Amino acid sequence: MPRFRVASVAALAFAIAPDAALAATPQIDTGDTAWMLVSTALVLLMTIPGLGLFYAGMVRKKNVLATLIQSFAICCIVSLVWMVAGYSLAFGTGTPWIGDFSRVMLHGIADHFHHGVDDAFVLGAGSSNPTVMTIPESVYMMFQMTFAIITPALIAGSFAERMKFSALCVFTVLWSLLVYAPVAHWVWSPIGWVGGFGAVDFAGGTVVHINSGIAGLVTALVIGKRNGYKQDDLSPFNLTYAIIGAALLWVGWFGFNAGSAGGANGRAGMAMLTTQVAAAAGGLAWMIAEWIHSRKPTALGIISGAVAGLVAITPAAGFVLPGAAVLIGLIAGGICFWASVILKHRLGYDDSLDAFGVHGVGGITGALLTGLFAYGPLSATDANPSGTVGSLVQFVRQAEAVGITIVWSVVVTYLLLKAIDLTIGLRVSREAELEGLDMVLHGERIN
Amino acid sequence: MKLVTAIIKPFKLDDVREALTPLGVQGLTVTEIRGFGRQKGQTEIYRGAEYHVSFLPKVKIEIAVSEAIVDEVVETILSAAHTGKIGDGKIFVSPLDRVIRIRTRETGEGAL
Repeated sequence: MPRFRVASVAALAFAIAPDAALAATPQIDTGDTAWMLVSTALVLLMTIPGLGLFYAGMVRKKNVLATLIQSFAICCIVSLVWMVAGYSLAFGTGTPWIGDFSRVMLHGIADHFHHGVDDAFVLGAGSSNPTVMTIPESVYMMFQMTFAIITPALIAGSFAERMKFSALCVFTVLWSLLVYAPVAHWVWSPIGWVGGFGAVDFAGGTVVHINSGIAGLVTALVIGKRNGYKQDDLSPFNLTYAIIGAALLWVGWFGFNAGSAGGANGRAGMAMLTTQVAAAAGGLAWMIAEWIHSRKPTALGIISGAVAGLVAITPAAGFVLPGAAVLIGLIAGGICFWASVILKHRLGYDDSLDAFGVHGVGGITGALLTGLFAYGPLSATDANPSGTVGSLVQFVRQAEAVGITIVWSVVVTYLLLKAIDLTIGLRVSREAELEGLDMVLHGERIN
Repeated sequence: MKLVTAIIKPFKLDDVREALTPLGVQGLTVTEIRGFGRQKGQTEIYRGAEYHVSFLPKVKIEIAVSEAIVDEVVETILSAAHTGKIGDGKIFVSPLDRVIRIRTRETGEGAL
């Protein structure tokens, strides 16, 4: 069920009957709108500066600016790509497979304005399953834009320190349109086919984290290892940055998850609570695992674990109770530790900053556990009185959604990377990599 | 006159300075340096990846002293900079031919 299915038109009419006139013109809720405005800003905080600093702190000094710029540039690029076509392809009504071109260049986004007041808009209008919103379309579109921004920015962790900036820019445009927008439509549009068979993703475990994590793994494999991998000192430049970045991610995640309730309501409150305890559990799980494994609980470890917990609770945040959230955080912290610290080195791929190890693996863990732990009343509506209930059946639906996302992300990401490699080239030269991307690509350096 | 050069762990600097003051050591030059000895650096682990750090941060102290107190100075540094763990550092004692105080042009032990 898509997260914004507040109520169907018919159910809303029933709920506020007998005033049928009101039901016909659903109203903006100022409280909901205020919270969604705040949430949108919080999600943007996750990318610039949160993810930027998180990643920049983990690369070497000669690549710090290049890494920070990647997040910033992706923000600029996707903002416009989303405006031009991404939003329309993802959330235009269209078919179960893809949206339409009705909102290209945000055409018609001011149609709801009457005397300067914005009417609520209907997501999936004209389809068999319209969803009435209590916020303006501009806010909904902008909130979704921040998700579209952070997703390709997450991938950048896998190819840090070696990708050409031009390749990154082209990849971001194409990946946003060909991978992100379709998957967002499948999962979150009221008529999307993945949501249609009952798979749920509250705030982007599948759309954002699995999608980006898998794309990250593919990119790491296609682009190859960094020069000096397992030989030279590739240790982080400044973990203080990484800690600040992770802390900003944590704070911003409240907008990500509690904002995905679509309004200021009990579900948003519960999502905020589950987010907090899952992040805490994830941080402690990684810390303890590392303490046992290598005898020291590191700063990088505890922040990585907290991010793993945040990732894993993302699909579940509005579906599970706090106890289950702690369990999800603990499991994700442990599994992501294993994936990033042990599995990666055993398999030998160079996912520089563990985009796959944390986001891919954490997202899969969270998406599957959502199917087991979902507590019905949290998502119940008049149209669906029992809500999404944890069960083996739901677990299988989740697994199907995970599988579909993985296949699409692997195939299209791979083709895109190969096409870019054959045309403008994907990777900087060996000399450029040794000198550092800051100076070679951007003509700047930190002292 | 001798030049005593001691490579020590950075956090031992204050201990060494406090121990030397009562001996009548007049001046002391401190430099932050990096290097390695028999230990050949150390290994750090980030997310499971081991990185070998060849050059470890150390502090170099240089002290010009008269022959009369050189043994006492060396012994004091040995005690104050000692932790018993690997990487405590080294002391080099070398002859010092001339010392000149720039302000007064004094030379020899009078300039120390």
